[in-house]
Amino acid sequence: MTVFAEKKQLVAPGEVLAEGSYFPGENTYREGNKVYASRIGLAELVANKFIVVPLKGCYIPRVDDFVIGRVVDIAMSGWNVDISSPYPALLPLSETPASRGMAARKDLTLVFNIGDLVMAEVIAFDRTRDPLLTVRGRGLGKVSSGRVVHIAPAKIPRLIGRKGSMISLLKKATSCDIIVGQNGTVLVSGRQPKNEQIAAAAMYMIEREAHTRGLTDRVSEMMNRELR
Amino acid sequence: MNKPEIKLIGENGLRTDGRRLDELRPIKMEVGVLDKADGSAYIEHGKNRIIAAVYGPREAHPKHIALADRAVIKCRYHMAPFSVEERKSPAPSRRELELSKVIRESLETSVMSEAYPRTSIDIFIEILQSDGGSRCAGITAASLALADAGIPLKEIVAGCAVCKIDGKIALDPSDIEDKQGDADLPIAYMSKSGLITLLQMDGSLTEDEFNQGLDIGIAACKKINEIQIEALKRKYISVKEQAEERHESQEAAA
Repeated sequence: MTVFAEKKQLVAPGEVLAEGSYFPGENTYREGNKVYASRIGLAELVANKFIVVPLKGCYIPRVDDFVIGRVVDIAMSGWNVDISSPYPALLPLSETPASRGMAARKDLTLVFNIGDLVMAEVIAFDRTRDPLLTVRGRGLGKVSSGRVVHIAPAKIPRLIGRKGSMISLLKKATSCDIIVGQNGTVLVSGRQPKNEQIAAAAMYMIEREAHTRGLTDRVSEMMNRELR
Repeated sequence: MNKPEIKLIGENGLRTDGRRLDELRPIKMEVGVLDKADGSAYIEHGKNRIIAAVYGPREAHPKHIALADRAVIKCRYHMAPFSVEERKSPAPSRRELELSKVIRESLETSVMSEAYPRTSIDIFIEILQSDGGSRCAGITAASLALADAGIPLKEIVAGCAVCKIDGKIALDPSDIEDKQGDADLPIAYMSKSGLITLLQMDGSLTEDEFNQGLDIGIAACKKINEIQIEALKRKYISVKEQAEERHESQEAAA
């Protein structure tokens, strides 16, 4: 049993992480007696399992994910929503709050029109079917105001931080309301445009430097400097 | 076929560009050169100048090409009209179509495409300046761009050619050696698993020459693979160093 990768070490596809009886987790694979990385990212060993936290890649929907998407088309009884994923999502009329009645069924644009941004949750997705969304639930529905920031979906876990530490730092420092979609779309709304601007700058900084150490300190320092 | 007699190896045993028989041309790589593409790479291999761009996984178009169990991989190898001395027509030639196919097949082995069913991964290889061994350098760049796009790979594929000039086996032919030489043997290789994903041959070699050529070609692919990994990591390491440096200087100021 030999471990080759240090904790949080940057690894490239095909690099050997360990030899011996370790389990291959996310973004790793096993061949023979060795565990290899399959994506560019940071290696981590959890118990006896190796994972690679990816630094790049597209958004793959997961059930219960909160996403922010854009309505791109109107289908028979629902909307096609672009959630910046390889898989186009469908939001059926039956998954909108019920009270709209017959009028909405005749003209779907009364509820959502093409170009609208919607906050939604993934209710079903697997390898064979496209993701299904719902806007039934608290805090879901059409986006009416705020500033939209797109960052790489692979960097969303870093933006949220451990137990939400990074995102609450951003919210507190800029006193903005920040809603994070797992697909990399973030909605920022604050009282002052300047604060929204600073929150966006902080997010871009996190996206760029997600793999560096002491990032929380640098982000907080940058925001304080800008807010002064 | 009568070729004009050109000596490709000099009295001192060196080649027309001053290299030894087993010496690679200078190689430089850079990752993330295009902002819009999901992954990209630029390579200078001898006089080759190549940009590779990768888009995807994304929705497959037209829809009927999508596969239920894995991603389709599309590849286009294309030479710019100005990449050679005499203008090359920008329309895809028979040669480019063939190279697109063999390059796609050599990369397909490494891509874990079953992770993204019903999608497509599009690879574009654009030759800006052409020299010998451009299909191999194209594979090297395209595989690096795939890794940069964050697409799961078994490993990064490296390519390198071998040739026979003046009756001797030589590594990494330049344009003139490719055209005037007696044989050309392009190889693409996966260093960790030891798989050969591309092997073609023009001209003729004896069994011994072939074996010798394959050995030095594989050794060169391993070297190129190290340069690829270094180039891929450099993009992230330079961000890290800059950020940490800035942090230190600010701390010093405070």
